[in-house]
Amino acid sequence: MELIEAIILSVLAASTPLLLAATGELVTERSGVLNLGVEGMMIVGAACGFGGAWLTGSIIVGALCGMVAGTLMSLLFAGMALGLAVNQVATGLSLTIFGIGLSGLIGAGFVGERITPAPHLYIPFITNIPLIGRILFGEDGFVYLSLALIAAVWWFLYRTRAGLIMRACGDNHVSAHALGYPVLRIRMYAVMFGGACAGLAGAYLPLAYTPFFIPGMTAGRGWIALALTVFASWRPGRLVIGAYLFGAVTILQLHAQGAGIGIPSQFMSSLPYLATVIVLVLLSRARTGGSTAPAALGTVFVPDR
Amino acid sequence: MKKNLLAAAAALLLAGGVTSSAIAADKLKVGFIYLGPVGDLGWTYQHELARQAVVKEFGDKIETTFLENVPEGPDAERAVEQLVRAGNKLIFTTSFGYMDPTLKVAKKYPNVHFEHCSGYKRDKNMSTYSARWYQGRYIQGEIAAKMSKAGVLGYIGSFPIPEVVSGINATMIGAQTVNPNIKVKIIWVNSWFDPGKEADAAKALLDQGADIIMQHTDSPAAMQIAGERGKLAFGQDSEMIKFGPKAQLTSILDTWAPYYIERVKAELDGTWKSGDTWGGLETKMFEMAPYTNMPDDVKKTAEDTQAAIAAGKLHPFKCPVVAQDGKDVECKGGDHLADDQILGMNFYVKGIDDKLPGK
Repeated sequence: MELIEAIILSVLAASTPLLLAATGELVTERSGVLNLGVEGMMIVGAACGFGGAWLTGSIIVGALCGMVAGTLMSLLFAGMALGLAVNQVATGLSLTIFGIGLSGLIGAGFVGERITPAPHLYIPFITNIPLIGRILFGEDGFVYLSLALIAAVWWFLYRTRAGLIMRACGDNHVSAHALGYPVLRIRMYAVMFGGACAGLAGAYLPLAYTPFFIPGMTAGRGWIALALTVFASWRPGRLVIGAYLFGAVTILQLHAQGAGIGIPSQFMSSLPYLATVIVLVLLSRARTGGSTAPAALGTVFVPDR
Repeated sequence: MKKNLLAAAAALLLAGGVTSSAIAADKLKVGFIYLGPVGDLGWTYQHELARQAVVKEFGDKIETTFLENVPEGPDAERAVEQLVRAGNKLIFTTSFGYMDPTLKVAKKYPNVHFEHCSGYKRDKNMSTYSARWYQGRYIQGEIAAKMSKAGVLGYIGSFPIPEVVSGINATMIGAQTVNPNIKVKIIWVNSWFDPGKEADAAKALLDQGADIIMQHTDSPAAMQIAGERGKLAFGQDSEMIKFGPKAQLTSILDTWAPYYIERVKAELDGTWKSGDTWGGLETKMFEMAPYTNMPDDVKKTAEDTQAAIAAGKLHPFKCPVVAQDGKDVECKGGDHLADDQILGMNFYVKGIDDKLPGK
């Protein structure tokens, strides 16, 4: 029983950065913009988040620094991809490469330093309830924040007028434009939200997961978040399931190895991506008349002025 | 002569050509290629420390350059060549994957000397060097067996390559001298460097009952987890005690400085020769971090073992080495396994209840 509890706790922690980053990317993509720079925004968020927390001693300041850094990175993307209508795939990829370099530069001053990680929630008696206590009421604040955030995104997308307009921009920017909506401005907000989420996801790593900063510490989590968005077929509910599934696969394969269960670890490591491919195939077969992806995803829009 | 002048001029152009040419041309230029960032706190950081030691030792007589974050493969060839064109006469390429690129460039520039870390291909102007880290692993195994209450060790592996496998085997052989029934749980993270995954692996091992964490990956994440959980761990490549002041038992420290200084000196004296150096504790090719967080008698045992290995009285792979299937491994090195057998180790020793991936 204790082992199961321990595994679930590890899964929650491992899934949180994926969920945060994918939440941001989901909103970005729902507005019709494909930002492949998640990894770059995350790593810059990690560097700035750690720097902020290290200088001030406050995890909250660190988290805010990470979000601001991610947002600034996304603005760079927005300027290129939206403002100058540059190809989004190329811009996103270069944002990642740029981010990895920049984070090393920012982080050079505090490599080797350490901070006190984000505290875990503790409610007397309730947190002590066997099994569910620590899982439901004993995690760090980011875990709860990530769930609240995706719930808010769901509400925004499906229950607000603004959400509807944003989805319209993602599905058909020409119509949205014709109706008088400022497509580019809406997309910029979505991209900024995506950047802030990616920055926060990156900051989660040095603030709560492994409380130190080392260049390259995101180690591909941004790419997993991108795969996750596709896996979830751009739906918030499935995104939560997917994030925990991806997290569970990573943790369970480690446990399977430790327990001597002979599944090749390389195969297990590739499962999240394999699952994404399978889901894509299933989706395209199940739905006749187009995929579930936002119809205008990744296309450049230049309003006729 | 004319060619040299041209080369020097080209080098200056490439280097930006700022300083006065007369002085710059007299200095020996030494180049370094690094796999990671110099701030990785592990592998690359230790090479960088050695470079700094070289600079301190020779001062004005040399000029060093390093390129960091150079990926293994074709990019490396370009990076090495760039250093050659910039006038470096001695170039250290510090990762296994630079082997073929280094060799290619070495064939092209016979007048430049190359030093490649941890590979096996050599040439007239290309040496190799590495350290017998398995010696340190043996000592760690002994300490681990003495310190473990559960009798279960947790081992985080990067990739199942001979260097890592020989480390696991040396650990187990060392541990078995203390506790013949010692168990080890092994998790491969399939990465040299992924702090999050290393931390997850450490958590999984501890959750499954291991109480000592050993690692063959580069970040201090596992050390930190062990510290948080009040368990013990060994560092890797560099001093990690900062990340687990109450957790680190010791750490294998890559100390390349003596070798680098020796080779640069040879180059300055004109006595540089190609060769293969596989040094251990006896030549201080690596060192053990201070033995901490353990009782005095364990510390004493560790120090004695270290001294015995350094003096050549004890070999971690002393025959008979029994493989997992219960059969003795052929003893090709007299009373211990031959170097080739260690460098190509692809089996687990008896006592490891796990399957070597790909076997």
